[in-house]
Amino acid sequence: MDFTFTEDQLLFQESVSDFLKNEVTPEKIRELWETDTGRSDELWAQLVELGLAGMTVPEEFGGLGMNELDFVLLAQEAGHAALPEPLVHIALVAVPTLTALNNEALSNEWLPKIAEGSAKVVVGLEQNVFVEDAHIADLLLLQNGDEIHALGKDQVELIYNESVDPSRKLYKVNWTPSADTCVASGAEGKAIIDAALNRGALAVAAQALGLAQRMIEISVQYTSERQQFGVAIGTFQAVKHHMANIAYKLEYAKTPVARAAYALVNNLSTVDLNVSHAKFAACEVSDLAAKNCVQVHGAMGYTWEVDLQIFMKKAWAFNNTWGDAAFHKNRVADFVLADNALLGAGNTFLS
Amino acid sequence: MDLAYTEEHKAFREEIRSWLADNVPSEPLKTFDTEEGFQQHREWEAKMYEGRWGMITWPEAMGGRGADLIQWLIFEEEYYGARAPLRVNQNGIFLLGPTLMEYGTEEQRQRFLTGMATGKDVWCQAWSEPNAGSDMAAIRAKAELTSDGKHYVLNGQKTWSTRAVWADWCFGMFRTDPESKRHHGLTFVLAPMDLEGITVRPIPQLDGLPGFAEIFFDNVKVPVDCRLGGEGEGWKVAMATAGFERGLMLRSPARFQETARRLVELYKENQQSADRDPSVRDAVLRAYLDAEAYTLTTYQTACRLIKGGKIGAEASTNKIFWSELDQQMHATAMSILGARAELWPHAPDAQGVGTWLDGFLFSQSGPIYAGTNEIQRNIIAERMLGMPRK
Ligand SMILES: Cc1cc2nc3c(=O)[nH]c(=O)nc-3n(C[C@H](O)[C@H](O)[C@H](O)COP(=O)(O)OP(=O)(O)OC[C@H]3O[C@@H](n4cnc5c(N)ncnc54)[C@H](O)[C@@H]3O)c2cc1C
Repeated sequence: MDFTFTEDQLLFQESVSDFLKNEVTPEKIRELWETDTGRSDELWAQLVELGLAGMTVPEEFGGLGMNELDFVLLAQEAGHAALPEPLVHIALVAVPTLTALNNEALSNEWLPKIAEGSAKVVVGLEQNVFVEDAHIADLLLLQNGDEIHALGKDQVELIYNESVDPSRKLYKVNWTPSADTCVASGAEGKAIIDAALNRGALAVAAQALGLAQRMIEISVQYTSERQQFGVAIGTFQAVKHHMANIAYKLEYAKTPVARAAYALVNNLSTVDLNVSHAKFAACEVSDLAAKNCVQVHGAMGYTWEVDLQIFMKKAWAFNNTWGDAAFHKNRVADFVLADNALLGAGNTFLS
Repeated sequence: MDLAYTEEHKAFREEIRSWLADNVPSEPLKTFDTEEGFQQHREWEAKMYEGRWGMITWPEAMGGRGADLIQWLIFEEEYYGARAPLRVNQNGIFLLGPTLMEYGTEEQRQRFLTGMATGKDVWCQAWSEPNAGSDMAAIRAKAELTSDGKHYVLNGQKTWSTRAVWADWCFGMFRTDPESKRHHGLTFVLAPMDLEGITVRPIPQLDGLPGFAEIFFDNVKVPVDCRLGGEGEGWKVAMATAGFERGLMLRSPARFQETARRLVELYKENQQSADRDPSVRDAVLRAYLDAEAYTLTTYQTACRLIKGGKIGAEASTNKIFWSELDQQMHATAMSILGARAELWPHAPDAQGVGTWLDGFLFSQSGPIYAGTNEIQRNIIAERMLGMPRK
């Protein structure tokens, strides 16, 4: 029993955090809002350079062969920075899904390119309605019932749907399933789709933790500087308690997220439950962070100018993506309310 | 990260499980807020000690097993799962015990720990005063050193002291330096409750039973070797105790997991009527998730401590989380029980109410004792987040 991350995992987190602090500033994010794609080849090249794009690509295809547990803290940092590039999606969702297809031709063609940064792959599930970052994808893995289809960018039509979060690029994808494009079906397809959904939910949950943390930091700083009644507003207890309420709940969302990553890596039978717990708890705390942080900013919080919006809007968007609260709560209910459910003390770490 | 128990842990779980199966009284004991129940619980502690289960994290020389914190969590899981009696001496074994090991002299450890573990000496905590509640640094009760330097003379009033009515010893905080202010000049003193000059006045709690008491000290003489830590170091010593209290030992996750399990059962038994209010199902699911989250975070803390980490201000997050969870779970149970929720179990038509009412009443005190949740929120804001004090 060791519920801690390794030294290596923590060091990697620290170096990625340093990199993002310097390179993915709110100013940079705002610059990207003004560009056509909203994405930066230059930034992507830097992420590739750090080994991040290919982190979960198996070593024989030129990646680092790491797993969800190695990446989950990095996903948290990506959330903390509100990184616009689809790094977390690619590393935590798309690459593992592509690998799970176990299709030699696809793997040979795409995995090395992803690792070296010359191609991007995204996953589109029916659950989400829209596909994130479809406009910069070279390969799309799309769900059709129990089937997964692999399509090149020329085989799809994209319709842009503008999100409240200017960093999110959402597309309705029009495409026609065919025998040629189908790469998994039946039980196999369903299993890969279920796993992809769990990975997507984990990816969002981990980023939501980072978002909440960042919103706290921004607000602590703001309330320490802003004065009313001759003192910093952060000295007022009502303001403190708004912040403390986020902070204490965050401590109880982090461990479910770590456990969900562990469950995915180790194929635990409780993985659906564990992921749903993580997604629900993490999004609930980032949602609370948005609400309380906008409040302690006063009217400033309601402006375009203040950077809080960058993080707050992402938190709102995350609430209903990769399974909304209803979806995840119902999966929890499937476990908790089942006959003979293993509840109570001593049943937390079932394998 | 490895979230599987070792073979050693599994064997340990089997061992405690079978001991509990053989030894847990088949009839629940009377509450320890009655004299008879107190005595029964003291005997239970003695039995636990005989089996060397009284305080497993203590060293073997002190009657413990030198168990690590993961084993402690396993022990607690089995203990609550077996519905074993509540621990009458929890203030001693969970709070004072670890503090004695950190700050006590060898002589003090020898003298106090065994009696504590056997249940011979049940301890109560004498910190709060009528005018020193949340503001504990406002303590006024005094300890004056006699001119020969051999004794302290205690004077003043303590209050809300849990189980003080029948306790054998108290651990208190007294002002040794009359000139001192706030948390300076306080000293941590241990005193037998039968000393001349000590008067205990029981205070009935919401259930009508004297679960806590006022303690009056009127020229009470205690030898100086009953001082824990140095003179004037009381605050530091007390904070170590408070760290254990909030941080880990006071409320192990197993307790809340069992409440959550019972709540799910109660909901399923009454699902049709409960579902008339859709928020009840939601609250039941949250109870399960939050009890799990509390367990996960506690395991993580335990693992960090095993690796040499320390409990910091995040201990305050813990106190808020479990106490509000407990309140929420019991409030949900009350909604499910409907018109019977207000009945004591002995009422003739109180079928199926179980012990929920008792638990509900007690859950109201969780956000108050061990430092109110408002105080914890202040600590989180100022010490964890670094928000400005003034
Ligand atoms: C069941 C139970 C068992 C207890 N057992 C013991 C025991 O064994 N030994 C012992 O020494 N004590 C014990 N206590 C006492 C407990 O520690 C105190 O009740 C607690 O510290 C609060 O103090 P108070 O009751 O004086 O409330 P007050 O300090 O008067 O607080 C009243 C309200 O004001 C709020 N408040 C006060 N100051 C602030 C502030 N600075 N910021 C924001 N809000 C504030 C509080 O949060 C609370 O909501 C027990 C209490 C209970 C309920």
